[in-house]
Amino acid sequence: MIIQLNGRAISTEAKSLSELLIEQQIDVACVATAFNGTFVPKSHYDTQLLDEGCQLEVLSPMQGG
Amino acid sequence: MFYDVDPQSRFLLGTAGYPSPAILQQAIAASGTEIITVSLRREGAAGAAFRELLTGLNIRVLPNTAGCHTVKEAVTTAHMARELFNTAWIKLEVIGHADTLQPDPFALVEAARILSEDGFKVFPYTTEDLIVGEKLLAAGCELLMPWGAPIGSGQGLRNIDGLRAMRAWFSDVPLIIDAGIGAPSQAAQAMEMGFDGILLNTAVAKAGDPIEMANAFRLAIEAGQAARRAGLMEKRDMASASTPIFGLANLN
Repeated sequence: MIIQLNGRAISTEAKSLSELLIEQQIDVACVATAFNGTFVPKSHYDTQLLDEGCQLEVLSPMQGG
Repeated sequence: MFYDVDPQSRFLLGTAGYPSPAILQQAIAASGTEIITVSLRREGAAGAAFRELLTGLNIRVLPNTAGCHTVKEAVTTAHMARELFNTAWIKLEVIGHADTLQPDPFALVEAARILSEDGFKVFPYTTEDLIVGEKLLAAGCELLMPWGAPIGSGQGLRNIDGLRAMRAWFSDVPLIIDAGIGAPSQAAQAMEMGFDGILLNTAVAKAGDPIEMANAFRLAIEAGQAARRAGLMEKRDMASASTPIFGLANLN
């Protein structure tokens, strides 16, 4: 299925958010996520299912003012 | 008090736009700050280095919602920040227009209410408008962060009379000047007026020597704070001799 990850269309075999993060080799400790604009707590990564065209934001700590 | 914290240093420093992570780190040390602002972004090239720096600093972080234009964006960003940085503190910015970077006070109050009800300790980036300030306090904020001038403009305190009125009106509420400060003298002025802290980024990050400038701001903020404690003299319209007239010689 094709999904949007940080604004980029990617093709994935993952069914859940936790599977996607493993597939994309993203360190779970360093990120926070939002699914279609809504925050997903880490405790819900296993149960948050992906669907075709969904928008996922995976954000990290960065410099800010 | 900034919520549960009473920092010695009243200088809050942003971490964006420095020439290098090493200079950022040294600027933080020179500033004496106990609170730095950070953001959440899609992973960039320098992400890992910044995380490493944060871990090494062992300093309190104030995550921001910079770049958010809607209540939903700001609330989602705040939740992500709370999980990632393990803090209930959030510097709430809800921007009304990308060019002016002026806060959208209506969305700001709404987002502040939602987040405060959810246990966040909200640091709202606002204007000097007294009624917006009242609404933010009613929404659950325990401090306010009025702008000095538009973000990154370096204009200093653009509406001194309005800020003075705000200081007087909210006499018991911590007020931090956030944004628009360009020079240490402007920071000192704000502290002399009785503001409780200064939050800035660009004036240090974009200085010729950010480390030296961080030190200059530290000194200015301390000087302004000390001057406020000491009590400034009243201005007069006319001269008033400081040397006593009594005992003046007649030399005609």
